Order: sequence, then structure tokens, then C-alpha cells
Amino acid sequence: MSDLLYSEEEEALRAAVRDLLTDHCDTTSVLARAESDAPHDLAAWKALADGMGLAGLLVPEARGGQGATHREAAVVLEELGRAVAPVPYLTSAVVATEALLNCADGEGPLADLASGRVIGALAVGLHTAPGAAYATVRADGGALHGELTGIADAAVADVLLVPADDGGLYAVTADEVTVTPQTSLDLTRPLARVTLDAAPGRRVGDAEPAVRRALRAGAGLLASEQLGVAEWALTETVRYLKDRKQFNRPVGGFQAIKHRLAQLWLEVVNLRAAARAAADALATGEDTDVSVTVAQAYAAPVAVRAAEEALQLHAGIGMTWEHPVHLRLKRAKADSIAYGTAGAHREALAELVDLRAP
Amino acid sequence: MTDADELRRRTRELLAAHPPADTERLDFLRARFDAGLAWVHFPEGLGGLGLPRSLQVVVDAELTAAGAPDNDPRRIGIGLGMAAPTILQYGTEEQKARFLRPLWTGEEVWCQLFSEPGAGSDLAALGTRAVREGDDWVVNGQKVWTSSAHVARWAILIARTDPDVPKHRGITYFVCDMTDPGVEVRPLRQITGEAEFNEVFLTDVRIPDSRRLGEVGDGWRVAQTTLNNERVAIGGRRLPREGGMIGPVAGTWRERPDLRTHDLHQRLMKLWVEAEVARLTGERLSQQLVAGQPGPEGAGMKLAFARLNQEISGLEVELRGEEGLLYDDWTMRRPELVDFTGRDAGYRYLRSKGNSIEGGTSEVLLNIVAERVLGLPAEPRTDKDVAWKDLAR
Repeated sequence: MSDLLYSEEEEALRAAVRDLLTDHCDTTSVLARAESDAPHDLAAWKALADGMGLAGLLVPEARGGQGATHREAAVVLEELGRAVAPVPYLTSAVVATEALLNCADGEGPLADLASGRVIGALAVGLHTAPGAAYATVRADGGALHGELTGIADAAVADVLLVPADDGGLYAVTADEVTVTPQTSLDLTRPLARVTLDAAPGRRVGDAEPAVRRALRAGAGLLASEQLGVAEWALTETVRYLKDRKQFNRPVGGFQAIKHRLAQLWLEVVNLRAAARAAADALATGEDTDVSVTVAQAYAAPVAVRAAEEALQLHAGIGMTWEHPVHLRLKRAKADSIAYGTAGAHREALAELVDLRAP
Repeated sequence: MTDADELRRRTRELLAAHPPADTERLDFLRARFDAGLAWVHFPEGLGGLGLPRSLQVVVDAELTAAGAPDNDPRRIGIGLGMAAPTILQYGTEEQKARFLRPLWTGEEVWCQLFSEPGAGSDLAALGTRAVREGDDWVVNGQKVWTSSAHVARWAILIARTDPDVPKHRGITYFVCDMTDPGVEVRPLRQITGEAEFNEVFLTDVRIPDSRRLGEVGDGWRVAQTTLNNERVAIGGRRLPREGGMIGPVAGTWRERPDLRTHDLHQRLMKLWVEAEVARLTGERLSQQLVAGQPGPEGAGMKLAFARLNQEISGLEVELRGEEGLLYDDWTMRRPELVDFTGRDAGYRYLRSKGNSIEGGTSEVLLNIVAERVLGLPAEPRTDKDVAWKDLAR
């Protein structure tokens, strides 16, 4: 059975990441940044990736990384989710990195991504579930033509991994393509349209297995980010309702509210077990498909509900732009589509565990 | 030599001295208790060796591999899960020496005389009276929802010894002899048709003061030990995938393509995921306990399983369609074991309705989670400073 706990080292890593995010990604600065032309916090990214060496967690030391596992990356993502930190960790250090790990000719960009000095993005729409169809561009000799939309964090990517219609995955540097930001529901993980007009690309491997592997890791570790979002929502709401008074009592003392929060706590506890199981399964390679689909089928509704409950229970103040809850609601809702909806994962699971549709 | 190695050595010694194949079941169990291998976290001389609870698996694995008999823990769950930890914590040396061995071997079955018709969720309001007469206490009252009362030799009992103080302070905890002529056990038939529980009428039952557990008036605190262990017993099971209520419905789904509909499929998959995640949470809780870092997660397990058992069994009845209209047997039976997943879907559906009531209603448990885990304000208490005899009833 998989190890569902956190090791001492993992807890130390969490504390370090949380410290860093307290300095870099407080609510006011995240919100101010989200409204600017540069929503990503590249200073925080540099501190995480370059300073702490977290961009290379999934990459073996022999290939230029830290030789850690998905378990540690999951802890980082819990903290990033809690802070809704606008850094391309999931997209570059997990998804793009996993794609390159599957590519024999991906060594160059892989080591660059692992060092954190180069940001990568897999040019597959964020909504795509592992194993689902995805858009490709036309490969014409060495030149790529086409347009891909919904590419998360493409605005800050230095290298894009582009699937083409010849079955290849191509590394394309950002200055060879046009990246146009799309107005996104999630202000802290913005999407962009990537236009390729005879862009030169270097084929690094086959797209299909690389994309599948990348999206599976993305889906599995997204559950840890969702756990972070949900935990923030629960903790902040409990804190607020102990303090907020109406009818001459703390609002958190009304039984209707207590029961809702207790229920939410229960779901967050469940989500933690599911997210740890997925991270551990990705690390060990045992029971990975089932663990990842279970985690994703469970995580999205919990994170969304936690954020929605946080808003409702904060009431008026939670509806304001200045209050941080909306950043979590937007992240949670976008995450519920990212790397496949809960429904898509349940469908996949039905096949995996032999509970077939009629 | 590590504790685990030492335990393995002792277990093999026990097996060598009492080969299971040539030893009477009861003799083996007694020998196991006397060797300190019954529950290793109990003290020496009382069936244990004072070792961490997590090491019990070492003994159990050796014994299972050797085909040794067990003490049929499901039959004596109340004794093992509730009476034993309470006796260990509050009992006198004489009480521990008298009760724990036959409790563990199953020679003496235990039941719990707590709930009353007028004291359910508000258990501390109980009205069964115990009045001191010389060296005895004379007990009168009615208890309800008592499993195993009809086979039990002993009961853990809480009764009111002082009606003039607020309810929590006037309760005392006793061990009640179920063979006392004043104890009358009547079956309580429930919605499944069977009578798994009993009503117990206590009329001038005499309990010697030497069978009191804890101080006079301290029974509520003693009972907390029992009740906390009850919730652990109900919620904290380690299961394989599809090991719970989801197993039978998943099996039916696979075997009966003719029953499948799209709507049922959506609902089945949702519940399957929830059951799997609840299982993982239970697994995580066990890992925390083994690692010596018990978390508050246990408080939620019973809540989760109650809801899941009800929803899953409800889905299964619906899935079975025409067969869902039938019921296996309404005969009034007196089962000795509770098996939530036993019998047919209809039974499971009806029996699981009790899961959100027994051992603390889900509503009360949500309050407990909100107050003890999340630290939210407690419910307003209008009965705190009122003598028990003046409470509204």
C-alpha cells in the first residue's frame, strides 16, 4: 500500500516554500499583479526554481535535475495552490518536464527546464484530459504552421512543446511564435493563443506518449494544488467566522454553519488522502492510472465547493474584488476543467476498473 | 533484537508449546493471553507486553500464517472495543484481573447499557437510578439499543447516582452482572425484521460497590473512554479496494449488463470514487496511528461511511430493478453478529439507515468535528447549571 503520509523532509520542504510565498505572494501583490499586463510573478518563480532548485524535482540528477519524486512536487503544489501563486510550476516543472522526460531527444531543453532558468509549456489546451484528443499544428518540412489556444502560462514560456500532425513533438523557442494572451477566468494561471507561422521547430520525440504522460502527471499533481486551494478556503472561512459577529454571537457558532464547515473539513481530509495516493502512485509507478483518475474525479468538486462555501460564508465581503476569496474560486473552477473534468476522469475510471457504461 | 523480532520469537514459542492443530481453541486463546500476545499494548499480566499497539500486526501475521484460531473479534466487539479500554483505564487491579482474560478469549461476552428511551443523543440526561444500600447499589431503569444483551455475561452500565446535581456530575459507571434476576432482556425488532438489539429492563438489580468503575459521580468522564473507542471501532477499519458496501454493487454491475442504465452508471461511478477515497482516508488514518501521529481524521470516518453505506445500498436496490422489489426474509431472527454487508441489497439498505444513528448521530458528530477539530463555538448550553431532576422531559 502506498505511503499516504508526509515525511519529515516533505514537511520541511513545505515550510520553506510557505515562507517564500509569504514574502512573495501575499494577497495584495497577487491581486495587483493579476490586473497588470504581467500577471506572472517571475521573481517568485526565480526564487522557487533557481534559488530552491524546485524546478528539477522530477528530473533525475543524471539528466540535470534534483532526482526527487512526485511526492515532493505535490507538497510544493499544495503550497502554491494555497497562495494561488502565479508561477508556471505545474505547467513547466511538471507537465512540460514530464513530456520531455518521455523524449529521447529532449535532453537539451529538459536540463534547461530542470535548472529553472528556462520556462517550458506544453502547447496542449489546459482542458485536455490524459488520453483525450488534442489539436496539432501542420508540420511542413522543418516549419510549423497553425494556431493553438488555451495554452496555460504560454505568456512566460521560453520554449513551447508543440504537437504536430506528423506525430512529432517539437521544441519551438518563444521568439519564433506569436503568443496572444486570452482573457482568462483564472487570473493567476492565464491562458494564451499560440500562433505559428512557419516557425522552426526541433523534433524531440513522439507527441502521443509524451503528451499522455505529461497530462497524467499534471492531472495527478493538480489534485495537490486543489487540496491547497480547498485548505485555504476552509481555514480562512473558519478563522473569519470565529471572529465575525452577528446577532450578538460569532457567526461560526450557528449550527447550520458549523455543520457545513464540518462537512467541508471531512471532504478536505478525504482529498488529502486521494492527492497523496496519486502523488505516491506517480512516484512509484504502481496503480498510477487508477490513483490519478480517482484523485481527479474527487478533487475538482471538493475544491470548487470549498471556494464556493468560502464565498457564501464570507457573504458580502467575499463578493468584493479586494477580498482574496475570488482568486481561489477562479482557480478552483478553472482547475475543475484543467487536465480533464471530474466526469471525464470518472469515464476513464469506468474502463480501468471494469465498470463499463451500458 | 528489536521489539518486533522479540515478538516474533515469543509468538513462535507460543505456537511451539501449543500447536494450533492439537490444541483446543479456548486453551490456545488462554495461552496466547497469558503469553502477553493478546493485545501487546496492554500491560504485562493482562494479555499484553506494554509495547506499541502498532506491533500487534507482527503477532497477528505469525498466528494467521500458522493457522491459529482467533478470538472471533466480531462476536465480542463491545468487550474488546469498549469495555476493555475502559476497564484498563479505570478498573482496580482486582477488576482487571477478573474481567480482561475471559473478555478477550470470548468466554464472557459483554454488552453496553448506555442509551435509554429518554436519553439518546443527550446521553448524559439518562434516568436509570442507582441507589446505595450498604455495600451494594440497587439499580432501576430501562436501557435500549443493547446489542448482544441476550448472550452477554456482563454489561458496562452508566446510571444516575445523584439527581440533585447537573446531569454530567451525577452519573456513576458500573459493571452489571447480566445473570442478576432483576435483569430482563427483551428483543427489539427493527426495520430489517430481525432483532439484533434488545431492550433491557433493570428492576432492583444489585451491584456490589466493588463492581464500580471509577469514582462515584465520575461516570460521565469514564464513559468518554468507552464512547471514543466506540467511534474508533466503527470508523477505523482498513479495507482493500471495493472492500466495503461498494463491493456487492460493483459485482452486480459487472455480472448483470441487463440492469445497466446511463443514469445508474453516473451515480455508481461517483459513489465508487467516494468509497475509494474514504478507503484511502481510512488507510491514511491507520498509517498515522502506526507512525504514532494520530490525527483528528478519525472523527470524520464514521460520518463518511454512514452516508456512503446508505447511498450505495440505496443505489443497489434501484439497480436491481424488479428484484429490488423483493426482500430476502422478514423472519424475526436473533443474529449474534452484525454484518452490514451480509444478506441482500434490501437488507443492506435498511440496516445502513442505522449507521448514521448508532454510536452518535451524524448531526452530533458534525457538532463534535466543528467544535473539537475546527474550534468553532460550542452549542448554547441551557442545562449546564440545572440539577438533573429539574431538566425538561
